[in-house]
Amino acid sequence: MSEHEMKGGPRTFQIWRGDEAGGELVEYHLETEPGMVVLDAVLEIQREQEPDLAVRWNCKAAKCGSCSAEINGKPRLMCKTRLDHLPADEPIQVEPMRAFPPIRDLVTDVSWNYEVNKKIPPFSPRETAGEIFEIGQADTDRMSEFRKCIECFMCQDVCHILRDHRLQEKYYGPRFMVRLASLEMHPLDGVDRIDLIADQAGVGLCNITKCCTEVCPENIHITDNAIIPLKERVADERYDPLLKILRRTGRNRRDGRKKV
Amino acid sequence: MAKIDTHSYDVIVIGSGGSGLRAAIAAAEAGARTAVVCKSLLGKAHTVMAEGGMAASLGNVAPEDNWGTHFQDTMFGGKYLSNWRMAELHAREVPDRAIELEHWGAVFDRTPERKMSQRAFGGHTYNRLVHIGDRTGLELIRTLQDKTVHSGIDVFMETTVTTLIKEGDRVVGCFGFRRPTGEFISFATKALVLATGGSGRIYKITSNSQDCTGDGYHLAYAAGAEMVDMEFIQFHPTGMVYPPGVAGLLVTEAVRGEGGRLFNAKGERFMEHYDPKRMELSTRDVVARSIYTEVKEGRGSPHGGAFLDVTHLDPEYVKMRLPSMYEQFKELAGVDITKEPMQVGPTCHYFMGGIKVDADTGQTCVPGLFATGEASGGMNGANRLGGNSLGDLLVFGRRAGIGAAEVANGLEPVRLSEDAVAEAHRQAEEDLTGGHLDGAENPFKLHKELQKAMGDGVGIFRDREGLEEAIAKVEVLYGRAQAARAPSPRPDYNPGWQLCQELRNMTTVSLMIAKAALLREESRGGHSRLDFTAYDDYWAEHNIVQRGTGPDLELIPTPVLKKDDLTELVEARKLQEAAA
Repeated sequence: MSEHEMKGGPRTFQIWRGDEAGGELVEYHLETEPGMVVLDAVLEIQREQEPDLAVRWNCKAAKCGSCSAEINGKPRLMCKTRLDHLPADEPIQVEPMRAFPPIRDLVTDVSWNYEVNKKIPPFSPRETAGEIFEIGQADTDRMSEFRKCIECFMCQDVCHILRDHRLQEKYYGPRFMVRLASLEMHPLDGVDRIDLIADQAGVGLCNITKCCTEVCPENIHITDNAIIPLKERVADERYDPLLKILRRTGRNRRDGRKKV
Repeated sequence: MAKIDTHSYDVIVIGSGGSGLRAAIAAAEAGARTAVVCKSLLGKAHTVMAEGGMAASLGNVAPEDNWGTHFQDTMFGGKYLSNWRMAELHAREVPDRAIELEHWGAVFDRTPERKMSQRAFGGHTYNRLVHIGDRTGLELIRTLQDKTVHSGIDVFMETTVTTLIKEGDRVVGCFGFRRPTGEFISFATKALVLATGGSGRIYKITSNSQDCTGDGYHLAYAAGAEMVDMEFIQFHPTGMVYPPGVAGLLVTEAVRGEGGRLFNAKGERFMEHYDPKRMELSTRDVVARSIYTEVKEGRGSPHGGAFLDVTHLDPEYVKMRLPSMYEQFKELAGVDITKEPMQVGPTCHYFMGGIKVDADTGQTCVPGLFATGEASGGMNGANRLGGNSLGDLLVFGRRAGIGAAEVANGLEPVRLSEDAVAEAHRQAEEDLTGGHLDGAENPFKLHKELQKAMGDGVGIFRDREGLEEAIAKVEVLYGRAQAARAPSPRPDYNPGWQLCQELRNMTTVSLMIAKAALLREESRGGHSRLDFTAYDDYWAEHNIVQRGTGPDLELIPTPVLKKDDLTELVEARKLQEAAA
């Protein structure tokens, strides 16, 4: 759609209002301007109709990942979802992410993600890295795909392991598979995280349904480029007999990485 | 009165952008028990929006580059009003900060020799900006975020600070509330670092995140600190102008760095008329004024901007080097930038001015109080060069963290006076529950009025009449902001409550800007007067320092802080410019 086709006009919104005790969809009507995104509408309703409507947002430029919500049942960034890209003849439903405990209205408690991040040992250069790093652009591009992540946590929201099976104790979720992949594929990283990836982070629990990839606003190929390679590395390390022998002789590719 | 939790630390850092996190890391490394208190979630600060890169004279692309040239470029860009020592420290230390960031896990684009790549940017003599695509700020934040959580630093997310607390002359803590619950909280600290960023939200058209409400400027001012250079505001030349909802959204300077050209409605490459030597890569103040002038004189694009064109570049190159710009225009404006030009216009982007600090330590004139990053002033003078803010955050963040830790390490634990906490509590409670009372002002409406007054009178071009009118309006708004009350009394995640405090911050900042802009009767960098269009010899040598109580601001012209051993570099650059 080009800018010449942008449309405004009256639209109906159904926004979830409530807290941990429960809630319901409440209907609002708004005269919209051409090119408006869902966050514009929610903030307009907040300014003019419901001053205590709770919504979390910061940059309104799809760079911070704060305004994640379920729009017409699908996780999306409110600041990146144009009203005229949603069916014109239906109300627009805006609900909080359902995999996280509600705080109020559209705001959820995503603190679990921050706790998970603390458990992942950070980058630490291997001894041979030197003061001035030399890295190829191909390695950079591979890592950069993962480092584009804006931590909107929508992949965590749709992951069956977390959303339906509630296995937060056993699986770190797609966001942190992406984080682990960015560390694992850093050519100068000196930390061996294979046991963490296999055990505490639970990469084996992912059954590759790719729901996370579909909702990623940064178009990160979470399943293909992060999770599957991590699964393969675990398999190689733990179950490949040839690599086992090589490892005993100290000649496998994980040279330079240390267990933590 | 309900019991209010008090947490005690050696160093509290308010703000979790680049400078705040870097300060906290430095303070923790210096042995101080450190906490970060921030309004939003960790990793969401405005720094994530920085796109183009960080200027550091590593010389990976241009081996002849060195700190001295970077210093000269910064001084020239700042129209010689920068604090010389700050510009020097920045230019000298930023290469080390870039290398350090890589050691903490940051990933930057590479040269064919596998070193950090460096791109061209306006006002920089050489290719100098290390970068990763057009999301360098995100890389910086994520790296510092991971370093922070593994450095034993406590982080109080979604916590709004309403006031600093003093004991005698010294800042000893702060008071605020936790947004998710509305619970009150106070902090006792031996030293406090303000890393609260700028205040772009006083304008409607801004590239700034909603958090940028000048909190630190007001907190520091109210605690007795001095401000400097508040009249200098950077209007970034290229913000989106359409559709209305995204007006002001940043279009990175990297678009021009990669070869983007500016055209007016007549198809003229108009920068030829304004700066034929540097063209599109002239300094930001010049490009912004040029676009504004083209539009004002009737040569603007259909939506009131200029055309920014990259269609002459290879589409694959554009998608690789400017991926988020490609996405942003496709998603939000329905424009494929590899096929059609973008429409862009000036947007409020950065505050050169801020809290006046000691260059080496970030110390303000108030004992126990430090400031860094965009919250502090001095380094950028009258105009900041693109690529000089990310380095500023790291160089001076680290220095403020060390400065705060050194002061804290020499002090016994501090205590908050019960009276001070009770008074802070009373005000915050009144903001929350007083919405139904007669005379209560609606903060959402006040915010809109403030943005209009500032946009009308204190925008990219200013004159006496407009400024005086704006000051009169903002003074009234300042008074009304004291009566702002949350329209709803719910304590949990109440946006109106938050805005009451932010409005007091923003109206105070607006007064500082407008009054300093009225006093400076010349045009220089990010301050353009229609009634005083030239440089003035007196003002070439003076910064405006401000201090005061409430709306009573004292404005003190103060000689620029120079440094003898740098005179040669500065004079050489002035001669070079005169010859050109």
